[in-house]
Amino acid sequence: MKKSVFFGALTAATLTAGLAGAATLDDVKSRGELICGVNTGLVGFAAPDANGNWSGFDVAICQAVAAAVLGDASKVKYVPTTGQTRFTALGSGEVDVLARNTTWTFSRDTDLKLQFTATNYYDGQGFMVRKDSGVTSAKELDGASVCIQTGTTTELNLADYFKANNMSYQPITVDSNAEGEQQFLAGACDAYTTDASGLAATRAAFANPSDYVILPEIISKEPLAPAVRQGDDQWTDIVRWTIFALIAAEEYGVTSANIDELAKGTENPEVNRLLGTEGDLGAMIGLDKTWAVNAIKANGNYGEIFAATIGEQTPIGLARGLNAQWTQGGLMYAPPFR
Amino acid sequence: MTTAHDAPESQGFRLSQLIYDTRYRSLTIQVVVFFIVMAFVGWLVDNTIQNLSALGKDFNFSFLSQRAGYDIGNAIIPYNNDMTHGRALLVGLINTLWISFLGCVAATIIGIFVGVLRLSKNWLVARLMTVYVEVFRNIPVLLWILVAIALLTEAAPAPNAYKINPTTGEASASMILDSIAFTNRYTAIPSIHFDRSLGVIDTALAPISLNVLAIVALLIASLWVNKRVLTHAANMQEATGVRPTTWWKSALILIVPMVALLFALGFNPDEPVLQGFNFKNGTNVSNSFVALWLGLTLYTAAFIAEIVRAGILAISKGQTEAAYALGLRPNRTMNLVILPQALRVIIPPLISQYLNLTKNSSLAIAVGYLELRGTLGGITLNQTGRELEAISLMMLIYLAISLSISGVMNVYNNRVKLKER
Repeated sequence: MKKSVFFGALTAATLTAGLAGAATLDDVKSRGELICGVNTGLVGFAAPDANGNWSGFDVAICQAVAAAVLGDASKVKYVPTTGQTRFTALGSGEVDVLARNTTWTFSRDTDLKLQFTATNYYDGQGFMVRKDSGVTSAKELDGASVCIQTGTTTELNLADYFKANNMSYQPITVDSNAEGEQQFLAGACDAYTTDASGLAATRAAFANPSDYVILPEIISKEPLAPAVRQGDDQWTDIVRWTIFALIAAEEYGVTSANIDELAKGTENPEVNRLLGTEGDLGAMIGLDKTWAVNAIKANGNYGEIFAATIGEQTPIGLARGLNAQWTQGGLMYAPPFR
Repeated sequence: MTTAHDAPESQGFRLSQLIYDTRYRSLTIQVVVFFIVMAFVGWLVDNTIQNLSALGKDFNFSFLSQRAGYDIGNAIIPYNNDMTHGRALLVGLINTLWISFLGCVAATIIGIFVGVLRLSKNWLVARLMTVYVEVFRNIPVLLWILVAIALLTEAAPAPNAYKINPTTGEASASMILDSIAFTNRYTAIPSIHFDRSLGVIDTALAPISLNVLAIVALLIASLWVNKRVLTHAANMQEATGVRPTTWWKSALILIVPMVALLFALGFNPDEPVLQGFNFKNGTNVSNSFVALWLGLTLYTAAFIAEIVRAGILAISKGQTEAAYALGLRPNRTMNLVILPQALRVIIPPLISQYLNLTKNSSLAIAVGYLELRGTLGGITLNQTGRELEAISLMMLIYLAISLSISGVMNVYNNRVKLKER
């Protein structure tokens, strides 16, 4: 720039400008609170109850990270974000971690300067229709009006799917899941499309869930992963390994019920390293020895969180499927704690 | 010589003069303010550059030539998801201009009617108009748009209500005149079809229908000839005092050639038919478009009504009395004497209402009508993550639209304003 000399004189002033800081860990510690970007309301994943307390699958990740970093799972501030605002909220430093059923894609990882930590839910895009419409396959949706959340990968998958199958459709753009739900229930669209987990969660909140069917076609891969800003490797490691700790805990049978017992030391060196009784993995990422113990204590291991928020015993009723442990034929696989 | 003695001694220029000498003070203040403003702008730019580089982002517009990948439900010009983000921007821009144009036209017509009627001597009419104006202009336009979409969505039946039920042999909803269907998604109306079409010219921007071109050309020609006839009649009236009858000439000039052309082209309406999930063949005017248009129009019309009323009240009562004394009837007095003078007062504030309506059209995002804010500032921004580029481009475009409207209206204002001689 030609005016660089002029601007050079002003750099002193810019020191006060709120640069998206590199050391997120220090920020969180000094603030004493983790700021977590979550969905504006998706039952089972992130939704506030009548008292304003957030709960859900994504919320549990936030709580585990808060427990690992601050030792207290309740020290989380939830910032509801829409599909449109989420990346700006993360990029600008408004939130420390974005746990908002966000699909890990190439361009988001590279061009949007995000860092996806670890997939916590393997999902795919599906369609929901009214049962009385008689539609049993997504291939029968030619000419249909489809409600679609803007700013999501599902928007692009939908366009690709209909083109690949040589079908036409009328997109009805909505801004949030709540608006999509309302439009779908009012009959303004024949089908509602989003991640299959999101459809199940949405349907669970309907007055008559059995009047609606989720079509069998899954038209995309949607690995949902909590994301952080690029350029802060330590913070990325913390969030990533907290998720792995939850997954590994399930694999080794560490639950919220037996963790106090196991934390005194076990026969299994891997469990000992995870729970901090052998070696000091916590120090390598700038945390206490008991970081993983705290994280697991918050809401239990991955399997416990899944069962309590979105599992088959809940109204949402999702099977483990791809999200089972690798030893059970699923894709959940934590790298070794060594 | 006493005069020479009284002259102050020249002491040269002192720095304190910059503040205490009225000759230099205003200049000093201007220079200081200029530097403060420039420093602030420089700080903003520099801060942005630093923050962008801290995030590892650059500032470029190459995303506009990348494939968009998403679909737009209500594109006026041809668009599909293989086209670029730049094309999507254009689709959005044209939608913005279209809704703004229709909104401005409707708001002006309604506004003038309401403004005049509010001054009516009829107690009921005047009070009704007062209620309309006060209710509409005092509630945010976003709420009106949301109310409109809620009414349209909840009150109208779903398209499949028009399907004939096999057990009863009847449909639960029926089309008006077999050609218009209100649904909770859109209103299906007949589209225009030409049996002997002249074809289309493909341009990069949009295909231009030769049929439409021919109709517009004929319309302009007819209007021009009609104007000649009327001017001739006026000249005759000036010369002889007797105005020749023109209505049948006008009717002949305006209607006959148009009917002949439409007949030659094989004009017929293509009625919408329910096929599968939705109506086909006809034109589907989406509810989001209608809701946005209604909301913007009714809201802005309330303001325009007040501007019109103020304009009329600004014309002295003597003008009306003079017109009455000449034997003009009240409605001719309004049309020939009051309104032309009132226009001078009305035009300048009317410009700002047009600008407001255009800018308010960005509220379309609330009902999912994809105009500029929805395409460039919504989906494109989200899919590419180019916030700064998309928002600044959008600001530039809105600025350009507003300045253009302002410029055109100022030209018009110069034509109608009082010519001083």
